[in-house]
Amino acid sequence: MPKIIINNKEIEFEEGMTVLQACELAGEEIPRFCYHERLSIAGNCRMCLVEMEKSPKPIASCAMPATEGMKIKTNTSLVDKARKGVMEFLLANHPLDCPVCDQGGECDLQDQSLFYGLDSSRYTESKRQVDEKYMGPLIKTQMTRCIHCTRCIRFATEVAGIPELGATGRGEDMEITTYLEKSMESELSANVIDLCPVGALTSKPYAFEARPWELKKTETIDVMDAVGSNIRVDSYGWEVKRVLPRINEDINEEWISDKTRYSCDGLLKQRLDTPLIRENGKLQKTSWDIALKLLIKKINLFKPDQIAGMVGDLADLEMIYSFKSFFNNILRSENLECRNDRIYINPKERMNYIFNSKINGIEESDLILLVGTNPRLEATILNARIRKAYVKNQIKIYSIGDPGDLTYPCEYLGSSTSIIKEILSGSNKISEKIKKSKKPIIILGESSLYGEKGKYIFESLKSFLEENNFLKEDWNALNVLSQQASRVGAIDLEAYSISEENNFKFFDKLHNNEFKFIYLLGQDNINFEKNDKFIVYQGSHGDKGAEIADIILPGAAYTEKDGLFINLEGKLQRAYKASYPPGDAREDWVIFKDLSNIMNKKSEYNNIQKLKELIKKSVNLKINKNNIKTNKVDFVEENILIKPMDYYYTNPISRASKVMSECRQISKKFLFTGVEKAS
Amino acid sequence: MMKISRILKTIFMADFIVGLIIAIKKIFKPKKTINYPFEKGKISPRFRGEHALRRYPNGEERCIACKLCEAVCPAQAITIESEIKDDGSRKTTRYDIDMLKCIYCGLCEESCPVDAIVQGPNFEFATETREELYYNKQKLLENGDKWETALAANLKADAPFK
Repeated sequence: MPKIIINNKEIEFEEGMTVLQACELAGEEIPRFCYHERLSIAGNCRMCLVEMEKSPKPIASCAMPATEGMKIKTNTSLVDKARKGVMEFLLANHPLDCPVCDQGGECDLQDQSLFYGLDSSRYTESKRQVDEKYMGPLIKTQMTRCIHCTRCIRFATEVAGIPELGATGRGEDMEITTYLEKSMESELSANVIDLCPVGALTSKPYAFEARPWELKKTETIDVMDAVGSNIRVDSYGWEVKRVLPRINEDINEEWISDKTRYSCDGLLKQRLDTPLIRENGKLQKTSWDIALKLLIKKINLFKPDQIAGMVGDLADLEMIYSFKSFFNNILRSENLECRNDRIYINPKERMNYIFNSKINGIEESDLILLVGTNPRLEATILNARIRKAYVKNQIKIYSIGDPGDLTYPCEYLGSSTSIIKEILSGSNKISEKIKKSKKPIIILGESSLYGEKGKYIFESLKSFLEENNFLKEDWNALNVLSQQASRVGAIDLEAYSISEENNFKFFDKLHNNEFKFIYLLGQDNINFEKNDKFIVYQGSHGDKGAEIADIILPGAAYTEKDGLFINLEGKLQRAYKASYPPGDAREDWVIFKDLSNIMNKKSEYNNIQKLKELIKKSVNLKINKNNIKTNKVDFVEENILIKPMDYYYTNPISRASKVMSECRQISKKFLFTGVEKAS
Repeated sequence: MMKISRILKTIFMADFIVGLIIAIKKIFKPKKTINYPFEKGKISPRFRGEHALRRYPNGEERCIACKLCEAVCPAQAITIESEIKDDGSRKTTRYDIDMLKCIYCGLCEESCPVDAIVQGPNFEFATETREELYYNKQKLLENGDKWETALAANLKADAPFK
């Protein structure tokens, strides 16, 4: 490896690194504003100046490639003077409004001016003023504070794929704008707030809410989609004030979607904080004791096969396991279901329902085929990875079913199952391309697995990949894109009712009115006729499920309990408690423990440790490598239509959020999927 | 010798006479004590007494909810909550000082970028119950209105030294 000398210390660096990166390797902190690891290099803030031997002037280390034998000094008086000069220029036009600025306390400019700033200003002329720009309901702008690092522009163009931000004017007249004063049409837009090194772009919903030093920071996992982004929840007392991304190179890098970031105000609204019982058509407040006893009285009226339970989208493994244990061991009922609709799953092998290529693997891939999925809405962060792969390697992306604008070019192949038949038979051009590619990825969305065609599409594509040796240990091209945070975990814990011949046994029974007692565990996304069914809803928000319920048991939301989640890749992650459930609400596993106690039946666990042990025993994270089973399924001719998705309204928390409904109002103005285009 | 002078001093009550002379001299000088509740001693402009929240001359609250005083308070006696006002400005919805926790160090005043929270010259705010010493925003603003003349004069007097 080549060597570089930094402050008389010789270190090795990798080819292609910049001087700034090499300095970081040497442990030298270089101040910077415009440079960011995940964005292209701009070199316009000049804060990273360092001294290079034989160079008459200091060089911008972020833009200078490191070369063999370079001699760099970062601690000389020349460097210090240069940085002080740059800082003085930056501060000349920066307003002195730190006390009212939301970035105060976590501001790069504030921190660095502590080391490189002068104690008083020598600038006596009038400071520049810039009009505020409108950037949608999430981003608050105060463009006078802008130091023109262009991180936001680079993010929008490179990562988010919406070249809507840009700069107009030059020098002092330069302004960052969306040109047309419209909101950013991206689900990743709010990441520019984190990127902005000053307070020019700040969070609108969080405006003036709190200061960074007074918030309790909890590192946890997001549940808005199945990606399982790593987040940090900042709470003040009971209130969750904001959600920020946490770096995880394997999952979300350092981005999170707007839904993840801003649905947190939904945690404060529409909450269920006391048990409720429906009396004469009206819900009445009651105590836990009365509610649970009534529940048990009702359960005893029905036979085990008349009782059914449904697991919702945001359930963690503790919830699902205690629910299943309650159903199987105490109620003796097997009617459990984690799906919201007739979506085909084959739980015999673990690879059949997870994202086998891994989110990280997308970058290595050379061909991506989307089948009935719009990853931009279904898994925003994953879509950003596909875009990254496209930008980096110019890979080809094809889609069966029209996904609309995915922020990268995507060749639309048609929207019929016959295309899959053609691929299998080799008559479609894609067939050859897949066979020739080294690391193809086939992503099956829920829309493709919906209904009768689901089995055909899944099983035939799986056998196609198996025949072509793409289900190997080092590369598995079969990917199922789940949309719900609970889905993979629920399938791992076998919370489904499937028989050999009927994948949708539960739904048939449900719609034939065979169930008389339904227990909804945070399940709000299902449509069925209530008729004479007795419905219990246990969850955190008064949403669709609670509307039809006869008994409501208040549970904890995802930030209010410790929980295990399995993301769409099958990766087990732990979420931590940031806040506590409101009012009388309890953690969900406690409710099932209490229920079994009242019924005088022994539950498998008495405390959370025991429950966690049981979960660990029953979840098998290993993937079967040998003897892959494939089925032959008859061809079903059907259209693959990507179901329109109400992106900002997918779960009870986001539906309760005011910010999300504002975003929804605005997003209605622009079109997403091909289906929406048609209608 | 020492003994003799001692005996002489005792006989002629020298110490007594010296004391008496001092006492007589003091009779003709001005008094050092003051008649406290009716008279008050002079207070430095930097005196750190009861807190007050000030307003601008147009009646607008000065406090911008930057929370620096809350952060700097060593006794953690200050609690602030903030919001956006209709005109987009940053203002407090809550500004509480627990006067029992307060150690009257003056750091809040020093940290304030807009001279909103100040410690005035008033030290006579004893109460009969503890609850009365949990000051809220309303009480602090009332204090500000009441003491504004003195507060402004004090700040002006101290300004050259800041």
